[in-house]
Amino acid sequence: MTAEISAGRPRQWQRFSLPERIMRSAFYLLVVIAVIWSLRTIEIIPEFLYDAPQQTVDLFVRMWPIDWSWYPKVVHPALMETLHTATLGTILAVAVASVVSLMVARNITRSIIVNTIGRFILVATRSVHAMVWALFFVALFGPGALAGMLAIAVHSIGFIGKFLAEAIEDAKPGPIEALVATGASPLAVLIKGYWPQVKPAFLAIATFRWDINVRESAVLGLVGGGGLGMALDTALNNLYWDQVGLVLVVIFAVVIVAEIATAWIRSSIL
Amino acid sequence: MSAPHDDTNLGIAALAAPQRVAFPPNWPARIGLLVLALYVAYASTILDITWARFIIGLDHGAKFLSRMFPPDFSADKLSLLYVGMTESLQIAIIATVVGVLLSLPLGLAAARNLAPPPLAWSARALIALFRSLHPVIVAILFVKSVGFGALAGILALIVASLGFLSKLVAESVEEMSMKPLEAVRAAGAPFLSVVTMGVLPQVIPRFIGFAAYQLDSNLRNSALVGIVGGGGIGATLLTAFQRFDYDFVLTIVLAIIAIVMVGEIVSGWMRRMFQ
Repeated sequence: MTAEISAGRPRQWQRFSLPERIMRSAFYLLVVIAVIWSLRTIEIIPEFLYDAPQQTVDLFVRMWPIDWSWYPKVVHPALMETLHTATLGTILAVAVASVVSLMVARNITRSIIVNTIGRFILVATRSVHAMVWALFFVALFGPGALAGMLAIAVHSIGFIGKFLAEAIEDAKPGPIEALVATGASPLAVLIKGYWPQVKPAFLAIATFRWDINVRESAVLGLVGGGGLGMALDTALNNLYWDQVGLVLVVIFAVVIVAEIATAWIRSSIL
Repeated sequence: MSAPHDDTNLGIAALAAPQRVAFPPNWPARIGLLVLALYVAYASTILDITWARFIIGLDHGAKFLSRMFPPDFSADKLSLLYVGMTESLQIAIIATVVGVLLSLPLGLAAARNLAPPPLAWSARALIALFRSLHPVIVAILFVKSVGFGALAGILALIVASLGFLSKLVAESVEEMSMKPLEAVRAAGAPFLSVVTMGVLPQVIPRFIGFAAYQLDSNLRNSALVGIVGGGGIGATLLTAFQRFDYDFVLTIVLAIIAIVMVGEIVSGWMRRMFQ
């Protein structure tokens, strides 16, 4: 060390090894190429942009005095419908996801085939967006809250099931072994061994998902899923921008209230 | 049985007089479940969810599924799919990159240990606003202001990315160690150098992970903004639905699932490389 310094040849320090540096440079290059490709080929119609500022101002001018008189007869029932859609959808999703998560959890189901089937259900339900599910269910059941509720439920299965399965796999084996040693039936092991350990995670996941579902169900009506989205769609189609403003304010308020409510539930129960 | 045995048995029974039950009934939980069941019944009537409608729907479902299979892979449909998919991909890439670039300054402005309180609170309010608006609603507003097409989708997803990424940047800046900052400041560095030398090295490794997640979620959502006029595969999907081209719908949905899964693999690979 001292010899090197006295020889006037300072040591070179490098944070990453050569392959790491090559990988990183390749990655940055890839990002730059992807961005340039996207920017060069994406279709943006410049004629639309000339009047964008006026259009934006126009949007808010038309929304301004918000049409509150519309609230009691149309928006309030829609709001209630949205809340019920989100809540029922979450309950249904929790019920189905509980079963699927038992299939996925490797410490409960020791069959790789069943694990894989469960995992596929979780990935498939999660990757298709609630809005796309709503398009499906509207085609099946007709427009309305039933389609929205099912869309919310099916889309939530993947999310709830994934986290629930992780919570079950994290359960400590001690109490389980104790119960098995007393000769408890599998159902009793599940209820008295796993459930108390999984319960906090279960409640946290369910309330968190409910919060997300309130947001989602507020827009499902745009494709026919009922609730506030339907009111928004009607107002947009009629170009009643003062009513659009009202619906947007209501959606904003309900999202904030749901977030505060779930934060309060989480801090008081858990 | 002999008398002494009886005596001991009686003795034990007397000791355990207030009889202990291993698992006493949990009344609050039972009442909670009952309330839940009542709510489900009540809400179902409000939403007009009936068994008959469900059965009719299942009947439709059978027809629907038979029209969806086999998925339509004919050449003209595939070229439509390709055009929509590329546009969605481009929307997602541009929105993520612009969102990442903008979220750093916005996140720094919202960090209470760096920014002066008025700036921090206004940045926080802006982030809260972005976070609480659903991308679809933002897309509707942008479709009105910049017209139909990819630009509205890009702008909507930028807003969504900003809401998510800036909040996480602000949180990680608030959690970081202040010591390197003091060292850099003590050396007389101007504010920009404090940020690049003191703040960013602590924040960037986690930030890459968030950005990878956001690319993922933008890919998913770019299929969504098209439904309300934001361009991309969502527009193709909605058109296919409205034309009752259900076999093509299935092709599109399968393609979306495939792209989302590839995106998940790529972003996982990105995260591992930078951690």
